[in-house]
Amino acid sequence: MAYSDKVLDHYNNPRNVGSLDKSAGNVGTGMVGAPECGDVMKLQIKVNDESGIIEEAKFKTFGCGSAIASSSLATEWLKGKTVDEALQIKNTDIVNELALPPVKIHCSVLAEDAIKAAISDYRKKQATRTPTAVEQTVA
Amino acid sequence: MKPPIYLDNHATTRMDPRVLDAMLPYFTDHFGNAASRNHAFGWEAEQAVEKGRKQIADLIGCNAREVIFTSGATESDNLAIKGVAEMYAEKGNHIITAATEHKAVLDTCKKLEKHGYRVTYLPVKGDGLVDLDMLRESITDKTILVSIMYANNEIGVIQPVQEIGKICRERGVLFHTDGVQAIGKVPVDVNKDNIDIMSITGHKLYGPKGVGALYVRRKSPRVQITAQMDGGGHERGMRSGTLNVPGIVGLGEACAIAQREMPEEMKRMAYLRDRLRSKLEAGLDEVYINGSMEHRLPQNLNMSFLYVEGESLLMGINDVAVSSGSACTSATLEPSYVLKALGLGDDLAHSSIRFGIGRFNTEAEIDYVADKLVDVVTKLRELSPLYEMAKEGIDLSKVEWVHD
Repeated sequence: MAYSDKVLDHYNNPRNVGSLDKSAGNVGTGMVGAPECGDVMKLQIKVNDESGIIEEAKFKTFGCGSAIASSSLATEWLKGKTVDEALQIKNTDIVNELALPPVKIHCSVLAEDAIKAAISDYRKKQATRTPTAVEQTVA
Repeated sequence: MKPPIYLDNHATTRMDPRVLDAMLPYFTDHFGNAASRNHAFGWEAEQAVEKGRKQIADLIGCNAREVIFTSGATESDNLAIKGVAEMYAEKGNHIITAATEHKAVLDTCKKLEKHGYRVTYLPVKGDGLVDLDMLRESITDKTILVSIMYANNEIGVIQPVQEIGKICRERGVLFHTDGVQAIGKVPVDVNKDNIDIMSITGHKLYGPKGVGALYVRRKSPRVQITAQMDGGGHERGMRSGTLNVPGIVGLGEACAIAQREMPEEMKRMAYLRDRLRSKLEAGLDEVYINGSMEHRLPQNLNMSFLYVEGESLLMGINDVAVSSGSACTSATLEPSYVLKALGLGDDLAHSSIRFGIGRFNTEAEIDYVADKLVDVVTKLRELSPLYEMAKEGIDLSKVEWVHD
């Protein structure tokens, strides 16, 4: 199978590889997929407490080149967006950007799921979070 | 050494230039039909065909009259299994094969099941070998054929063919083996190995594609096969169709070369394979060999690189031709059924690479591939959430994964 130049670029130079502190209150972690399906994506976002903007996004992916490229692209797109804006990212956007063939569409679906899972984790944490000293002053 | 490097010799092999030289005159100067009995063009072709037949027979230790030509191993497997099933239908309707067989055998058996035959698919042990006791127990008075391959195309595991043949002989059941991966690579002798029918192909032993053969035993026992194609009654009535003379000349020459050079070549192949293995094991942790190392073709290595998915691994070594048991590289989106039959979890099957070393590979190529793989696996593991979790001491088998 021939890969698009963009998939190859993300595979050869993956953006934002790594991990954030998953216990931090302003970090949301999403992990989707399963080893026996051949794809596991871990995607993390770090949201700025004041602006509500995603200031960092990191990923690690076990999967084919298209899965790696989809998650790498997702982290690029997440940075600088608010959480609400991030929820607007659709798997079809990823398919179009990376020119994924039909057999690889599930990779983009997984990336969208990972974004949603990370945001949902972040929101859950926010809801139960005891306000810190800084936040109390802001409030 | 110049990439791309070909290490997929179980899929097909480069034709030996000596084979091509032998074939060329039979496309042009000596183009006759081997069935033309009344002129020199036909006689020349017939002579060439008989020489090829003899060269094959010499390699596998049979009489030349026991070799019939086909278009390749898929046809040979079909002809052997369907031909026996049809010929011996009055004797019984039960066939025994194994879960790790090639699709040409498995799908042929499945087809026969639709026509009222009963098929037992023997499981294999963790090392890829069939369990002989299980084979014994599976044979009934309705069993007419056992079909078990000589060496596996994915894991290179060599079955205990001699013992299987002995069991079949004791029970009066015919024994067919798909010999394509073994013939010309390791010693195969139809008499020592108690084989009644054997499939052969040209392109796995540095010969041409599109030509194969079927060994059919003529005495003790005399095997009969019902032809699956109707026509001029060529090949003792078992396989009609004008003979592929240049192909047969090539297949014969490939067998003759293999026979002459096998002792040396086996040593060289084992040396290269073991070198590849030890370099990979020295450079990486968490790599596993799939299938028995003891009962294995010297050309084969099949390894799983844990926490790394096979297709992404192939992408990183795109100037090296190998294949993977990962679902992403197959048309069916299922990981290798052969590896799964060994009891491997899907995760290990997804992480597997098959290396098939061949006559034209060099030590420098092996070193290049080993170094490159160590680099790519290391890089992909840095990217792998599974590797990270494993390093944190998390038992991946206990994780509840979120998926559809």
